[in-house]
Amino acid sequence: MSAKIIRGFVYLSAAITFGMLGYVIIFILINGVRFLTPDLFAWNSTSQNVSMMPAIITTLYVVGGTLLVTTPIGVFTGFYLVEYANRKNPIVKAVSMATDTLAAVPSIVYGLFGFLFFVTFLSFRLSLIAGILTSVIMSLPLIIRATEEALISTGRPIREASYALGAGKLRTIFTVVLPVAMPGILSGIILATGRVIGETAALLYTLGSASNIPGGLFSSGRTLALHMFVLSNEGFHVDQAYATAVVLLLFVLILNGLSTLVSARLSKGGK
Amino acid sequence: MKNSKEMVMKGIFFLSACFSIVALLLIVIFIFANGVPFMLDYGFFNFIFGMEWTPTNAPASYGIFPMIIGSIYVTIGAAVVGVPIGVLTAIFMAEFCPSFLYKILKPAVNLMAAIPSIVYGFFALQVFTPLIRQYFGGNGYSVLTASILLGIMILPTVISLSESALRAVPRTYYTGSVALGATHERSIFRVLLPAAKSGIISSIILGIGRAIGETMAVVLIAGNQAIIPDSLLSGVRTLTTNIVIEMAYATGEHREALIATAVVLFGFILLINSIFLYFKNKEAK
Repeated sequence: MSAKIIRGFVYLSAAITFGMLGYVIIFILINGVRFLTPDLFAWNSTSQNVSMMPAIITTLYVVGGTLLVTTPIGVFTGFYLVEYANRKNPIVKAVSMATDTLAAVPSIVYGLFGFLFFVTFLSFRLSLIAGILTSVIMSLPLIIRATEEALISTGRPIREASYALGAGKLRTIFTVVLPVAMPGILSGIILATGRVIGETAALLYTLGSASNIPGGLFSSGRTLALHMFVLSNEGFHVDQAYATAVVLLLFVLILNGLSTLVSARLSKGGK
Repeated sequence: MKNSKEMVMKGIFFLSACFSIVALLLIVIFIFANGVPFMLDYGFFNFIFGMEWTPTNAPASYGIFPMIIGSIYVTIGAAVVGVPIGVLTAIFMAEFCPSFLYKILKPAVNLMAAIPSIVYGFFALQVFTPLIRQYFGGNGYSVLTASILLGIMILPTVISLSESALRAVPRTYYTGSVALGATHERSIFRVLLPAAKSGIISSIILGIGRAIGETMAVVLIAGNQAIIPDSLLSGVRTLTTNIVIEMAYATGEHREALIATAVVLFGFILLINSIFLYFKNKEAK
């Protein structure tokens, strides 16, 4: 009897979770698709067309730039923590503590820090580089955690087998452990990408909100999420905010689909 | 030759690991150096326990107590909504979900994590606000609205990390329990769940961190009045929204007060994290 009740709660919770996800997506698509006009994809954004094209390009810049920096640092940190360092080493403890803390730091605090450090102290002003570097620090713990968990879950035997065959530590990590751990690491990268795409609070005062495509690393721009925030904040363009939400959602859907495919393929290849 | 390559890479891995520590130190130094002097100047007690937040008045008041309470309320609300549903969904994913369904639902959880908070906020503004106005009263911009929304937003964090924790428990624990005659459900709740406790707690802590730190979604639906909410249906302003609403135009002392707000927010995070580490260490022993 009690087993049935427990089972009922488990199923109910899953239904609530996935029902809510479906509701959010369908609601945004149904209400937003009709406002998608060619005007919204014009190359130059003006106060007349409120085009989101520059925001789309800027989002790609910020996400690309961030992942380029944060992925190697995060994955290498995971390597060091799991494969090299002794768990009782004070540095490992310090890194774990720093990672735990960074993961919990609110994005608005990252935004303020980016504003005080990159924008003001290093005089980058509101710029692509300030936005990217802020995003790097913000997304780092996600990748470190994912890498750590993925590496730990691969287990000892495959490493021992590799050593027994004469492979060195580095070779073992890159050719034996990494392929097996790849899906886990990729899921961390997906989380990081999602966080950067959706980020508003950390970018508002670092990347700024200039409406055109940034001309270089030191010019300001706005990502899609920032664009949506500016539109809803001004309140003059609610329809366009709906439309932006659709594009933002499609962006996330496509990216997630791709990553899921890659991750499935890699996990097959690894075995 | 081969050995030196190993050493160089080990050095690179080590430097990467130090990056997080340096980043955290820089954040602490810059936020504290810009916020703490103001707190001392204005009076720590007056700042933390002051009930009035009127930065534009002639003698301005910078009391953030209403925002502290506001943050605590919505975070507790989010945990009440999100933690049970999240942990139970994680159990579903790890132990109940048929594999054909899992192939769809696992990416769905990742997708849920990737949906931008501004979209969640916009959704809540269009859907929850009118519903709450209609069925519970008030104007819909409330502690309740913010709690439900944040509860949903922390779900993917709680689910994916709790699920990993459950899957990391050696399968022999489960088979052993079943061999002793326990049912599937009993084995999960009495054996797997306690074994995965530390991972599940860390997922909840991360979720709570996300709830406290959420800004843009909350700003749209919480009402943002700088008063202590007297019911679930009254408006609320959190520490995060206080910063983001006023940072755009704040200057001088007002701006310093906002950075000091971030110091308090940071203090909360450090406190939560210490509690988390305490439990984690206890678990390890």
